[in-house]
Amino acid sequence: MSTVTILSTRAGSGSVTLPRVVKSEWIKFRTLRSSYYTLFAAVFFMVGFGLLACYGAIDHLDHPDVRDHAFSIDAADRSLRGYLAAQLAIGVLGVLVVSGEYSTGMIRASLSAVPRRLPVLWAKAAVFGAITLVVTSITAFVAFFAGQAILASHHVDTTLSASGVLRTVLGTSLYLTAVGLLAVGIGALIRNTAGGIAAVFGLLLVLPTLVEVLPANWSSNIGPYLPGAAGQQVATLHADPGMLAPWTGFGVMCVYVLAALIGAAVMLKRRDA
Amino acid sequence: MIEAVGLTKRYGPKTAVQDLSFSVRPGIVTGFLGPNGAGKSTTMRMLLGLDTPSAGHAIVNGRRYSEHAAPLREVGAMLEARAIHTGRSAYNHLLALAATHGIPRSRVDEVVDVVGLREVAKKRAGGFSLGMGQRLGIASALLGDPATLILDEPVNGLDPEGILWIRNLLKSLAAEGRTVLVSSHLMSEMALTAEHLIVIGRGKLIADTSVEEFTRSASSGAVLVRTPDAVRLGKLLGELDGVTVTTGDDVQVLEVSGAESEQIGRLAAEHSLVLFELTPQQASLEEAFMEMTKDAVEYEAVVTPRATAVPVKEHAA
Repeated sequence: MSTVTILSTRAGSGSVTLPRVVKSEWIKFRTLRSSYYTLFAAVFFMVGFGLLACYGAIDHLDHPDVRDHAFSIDAADRSLRGYLAAQLAIGVLGVLVVSGEYSTGMIRASLSAVPRRLPVLWAKAAVFGAITLVVTSITAFVAFFAGQAILASHHVDTTLSASGVLRTVLGTSLYLTAVGLLAVGIGALIRNTAGGIAAVFGLLLVLPTLVEVLPANWSSNIGPYLPGAAGQQVATLHADPGMLAPWTGFGVMCVYVLAALIGAAVMLKRRDA
Repeated sequence: MIEAVGLTKRYGPKTAVQDLSFSVRPGIVTGFLGPNGAGKSTTMRMLLGLDTPSAGHAIVNGRRYSEHAAPLREVGAMLEARAIHTGRSAYNHLLALAATHGIPRSRVDEVVDVVGLREVAKKRAGGFSLGMGQRLGIASALLGDPATLILDEPVNGLDPEGILWIRNLLKSLAAEGRTVLVSSHLMSEMALTAEHLIVIGRGKLIADTSVEEFTRSASSGAVLVRTPDAVRLGKLLGELDGVTVTTGDDVQVLEVSGAESEQIGRLAAEHSLVLFELTPQQASLEEAFMEMTKDAVEYEAVVTPRATAVPVKEHAA
């Protein structure tokens, strides 16, 4: 039995601060393989589907069909179409960031270190939000330029300086970031991976189809205000009539995000870990 | 220093911990004992503010746990070895916890060495054995160099060498003047490690006593004697003051109380009586513990008599 020295001067003397908790959450995020896999999936979907959509457009132009003689190409929207698939990966990762701690028991270690609890939630949201914003902005530009390069062969491409295009590219990234933060909030509310993922995509994908079957004046009054429909306006160059304006829609989406995070904060304080 | 004042935890109609008050002093290892389901883990979670008490409160080093500015420097806890993300390496787990308090990387290296996890520290914790998980739990408890340690069942899953290591570690931590609270459902283990005992059953305090006191009260003081001359020896002993002799099913065996074994041996020698066995009876600590918590065991196996008779066929009435 060797003697152990436990007394240490190396442990320092600092206390818990929000920047330190942010650093801790950053370490947690970058030390899990699932973070990389899921982010890679988001990037792959976004660029891959964007390219596919642009090839599809070229194909239509090369082999015109009588039925779509009036075929038009929204060059910006087409190259960014992949975000609809990427939101699945971002939503899953947002839920996992929180629910992964509950399913493994890690949450008790996290909350023992930060017993005031709320800094953990804010730090998770900040770290995941920032990572998503950076990764999806770069990806959105890559998808946009790659898509335009394909469309350029038939001179149907567009440029960033065209009206609304830059907003659409950045808006794609903003929408995906909002989806990620919504997922963090819902993950913290539900604390279970499967349940959290089901809730996020129930809200984003299933709810709109349910609202569609409501009486027309109901669905036209509710539909545009659902989180998915509202948030996607900022990522769309030419909005459908009856939908909210881009920034209004994004504002509505942000309200959902805030509501989920505030709800999560209240429950985190109240519930036993 | 830990103080629990009227701690109570109810889950719906079920009371897990009821009006529990105790204090844990620095400088010694205090054992927190109770059968499974007695409320030990719930109590420890309340000490750390993970569960909110239904009534009462707990004070650790002068204030509630959640009110400390640097809780890991005040209290190191291992509530369950598995409070770790299985996909992360042990080292990164500790690094993430350390970051919340600005504890430097060198301290992480230090605790990894203290618990002997150096070789596996960069491996994913999901693949850890129970014993390695316990060591990692202890490493995270030591991270902030805290004055108080709260460890829930730290010897679970450890091999004999690991158990000895924990025992020495806990004693040396206490010897440095720290407060050490260790839960266990194994009385024998606590008898070797702890100096003081807090025993609970069904969420209520049963005993708050020193191990020495507990051991003393556990021994019956009787002596078992086995001799072919049981009748003669029994008669001789019975004539002594304050000595009672009881005989069991075995005619060669006497249970003598009120006399020391030396006294019995000499008496037998004086009368040239042969002795086969002379054993002071000390109820085992485990027995004493079971006796004490008998009425407080949450989960008890029901002994069903073996069905021997074929059930009588029911006749339609």
